[in-house]
Amino acid sequence: MPEQKLTGAQIVIKALKDQGVDIIFGYPGGAVLPIYDALFQQNDLRHILVRHEQAAVHAAEGYARSTGKVGVVLVTSGPGATNAVTGLLDALCDSIPIVCLCGQVPTHLIGNDAFQEADTTGITRPCTKHNYLVKDVNNLARTLHEAFYVARSGRPGPVVVDLPKDVQFADGTYVPPVEVKHKTYRPQVKPDIARIEEAVELIAQAKRPIFYTGGGVVNSGPIAAKLLTQFVKMTGFPITSTLMGLGAYPASEPHWLGMLGMHGTYEANLAMYHCDVMINIGARFDDRVTGKLSEFAPGSKKIHIDIDPSSINKNVAVDVPIVGDCAHALEDMIRIWKARQKRADQGALADWWNQIRKWQARNCLNYSRTESVIKPQYALERLRESLRGKDFYIATEVGQHQMWAAQFLPFEAPNRWLTSGGLGTMGYGLPAAIGAQIAHPEAICVDVAGEASILMNIQELGTAVQFRAPVKVFILNNQYMGMVRQWQELLHGSRYSQSYSEALPDFVKLAESWHCAGLRATKVGEVDDVIAEMLSINDRPVVVDIAVDPKENCFPMIPGGKAHNHILLGPEDNVSEATPEDGMVLV
Amino acid sequence: MVNNDTIEKHTIAVLVDNEPGVLARVIGLFSGRGYNIESLTVAEVNNADHLSRITLVTSGTRMVVEQIKAQLDRLVPVHRVKDLTDEGPSVERELALVKVAGRGEQRIEALRLADIFKAKVVDATLTSFIFELTGTPAEVDDFVGLMAQLGLVEASRTGVVAMSKGPGGF
Repeated sequence: MPEQKLTGAQIVIKALKDQGVDIIFGYPGGAVLPIYDALFQQNDLRHILVRHEQAAVHAAEGYARSTGKVGVVLVTSGPGATNAVTGLLDALCDSIPIVCLCGQVPTHLIGNDAFQEADTTGITRPCTKHNYLVKDVNNLARTLHEAFYVARSGRPGPVVVDLPKDVQFADGTYVPPVEVKHKTYRPQVKPDIARIEEAVELIAQAKRPIFYTGGGVVNSGPIAAKLLTQFVKMTGFPITSTLMGLGAYPASEPHWLGMLGMHGTYEANLAMYHCDVMINIGARFDDRVTGKLSEFAPGSKKIHIDIDPSSINKNVAVDVPIVGDCAHALEDMIRIWKARQKRADQGALADWWNQIRKWQARNCLNYSRTESVIKPQYALERLRESLRGKDFYIATEVGQHQMWAAQFLPFEAPNRWLTSGGLGTMGYGLPAAIGAQIAHPEAICVDVAGEASILMNIQELGTAVQFRAPVKVFILNNQYMGMVRQWQELLHGSRYSQSYSEALPDFVKLAESWHCAGLRATKVGEVDDVIAEMLSINDRPVVVDIAVDPKENCFPMIPGGKAHNHILLGPEDNVSEATPEDGMVLV
Repeated sequence: MVNNDTIEKHTIAVLVDNEPGVLARVIGLFSGRGYNIESLTVAEVNNADHLSRITLVTSGTRMVVEQIKAQLDRLVPVHRVKDLTDEGPSVERELALVKVAGRGEQRIEALRLADIFKAKVVDATLTSFIFELTGTPAEVDDFVGLMAQLGLVEASRTGVVAMSKGPGGF
């Protein structure tokens, strides 16, 4: 290939195109003007102008999570980069592939406290999977290709490339993304077959087995989800999933027990507690899931499949560790299961299912239905009914509404559920829904929100309007920071310190001021009509303000520091008595 | 699965790309995750390929030590992580410069001890010596401890460098 001289900014555009990028989420500023100028002079890359850099990253996360591709962000130096930090850490915690390009002051000014200078690589080092500062334009193309490779390989994550302004202006040589052979970073995707065989033998002997799956299955791709569904059917075992893994196994299938963890179902948590063989696929024994570690699934043998070796034996010691990609591991497991003509212990399994049916009969998601006030669970049930059979994506903010959405909205396929699990970032949902809507213009993209969370990135309504992303913002408005209020009620003597939002905006007028549609339901009888109207509007974003019961709490709940079998089903179970003092310090 | 609460001390060698920020990544990992560093040394060992070798001494339960190695290994510029404590016998050495000031009998005693420890005199004045000592960390501890009674002014230590015994390499 003849040597081609391009400016740094042109190299950026060319590298992005060669990486198959079609959408960038960003916000311009002094230190990235050359790149914005190069963007202006081409038509292949579409730039989505956000209203705040944090939202650029969340939108890219929504795009990445809903497509399986790498999300791309472009921000300026200093405050542009620091605003993006929350989004970067969010993507790191939830293993979302992001490449974030940051402008930087020119190389000769680095370290001089120049205008809009920040030590971006220093600040983002613990918030990213990896980061780069490119000081020589001739390293730019290779570094960008490497950034994409690192972001999407192994356990995916965010990668920052810091680009000094003089490097963007300088002329350099472009290199195409020939199959990157990274010097050091080559994650193991193929599992050790001996371990898989060990796992298969253990699974075949199980009396009270359970699949516990996580976001790793979604990240592994749709094939992993298919193989998981196949293997669950072959074995006949029950399956539960973490918040991040919802959708990898269809919720309508009979083996599905619902989500597990702090606000997971009674049956999922008790099945975890009493299981004798746990098959963890792509989950990481997070504290929201395990509860009290010393009493976590006490009588069980544990198999753990994870692409990240550092996730194995981090919180929970396991019996069969398997490092590798979920799809590869599942494929090998199914093959060996068939080859050895394995069959689950049917008698034991029937007893196990009988026990599980009894737990299911407790109907743990039941709530007191009233005609006088809209229950948030009711609003979500009605949303569920109206979305049935449709092509939809659900994003959420963070808090009670997020947990209710996880409990009440069923997912039949992976990549449909966009939520901030690890970091728990309020303000995630609206930009994430916009990112998903940009990627899937014909689909229904709903942000299930609370009135407090939505205000953290409400400015993104402007983005949604400008780029014709007709997202639906479904606000369960209880006037409180609901989850904070719930913990204060249950654990801090109902002293509602700073959790009541006075001076809330009129969300209908707020929506209208941005030329969005604004709808409101204050009575139970209005909910269906409002949802129908929301779904009928497709030419602009819709904000729906549902006035829900301000005092409703989210159950089931495992109090901090407690084991799965101490799960509380409703307000009749006294939480403060159930919470040990050492559990109070846990978040 | 080993999982007990005994604190073990491990010497870990890490081969990394010598690129800006790599040491900060390693140190940030230890501070961010609350691991101990008892000593850490780093220098380029392969000029052509820009490879540096970090030797660090850390302590923790078996589960924590395994976690430290896994976390180090997943840093992008890390080529290899080797637990010298686990992988058979190894040689550990540390270099120290030890300054002692004094006169008369004290001075003679310092020299005599230096001789026993095979420490070299690398600077001498009428009232002071700087000794250069190479040895295991315990030997350096002993020598510095003795010098403390003979007019120790200051000591500077490199921290441990280590290598496994036998023909095998990194």
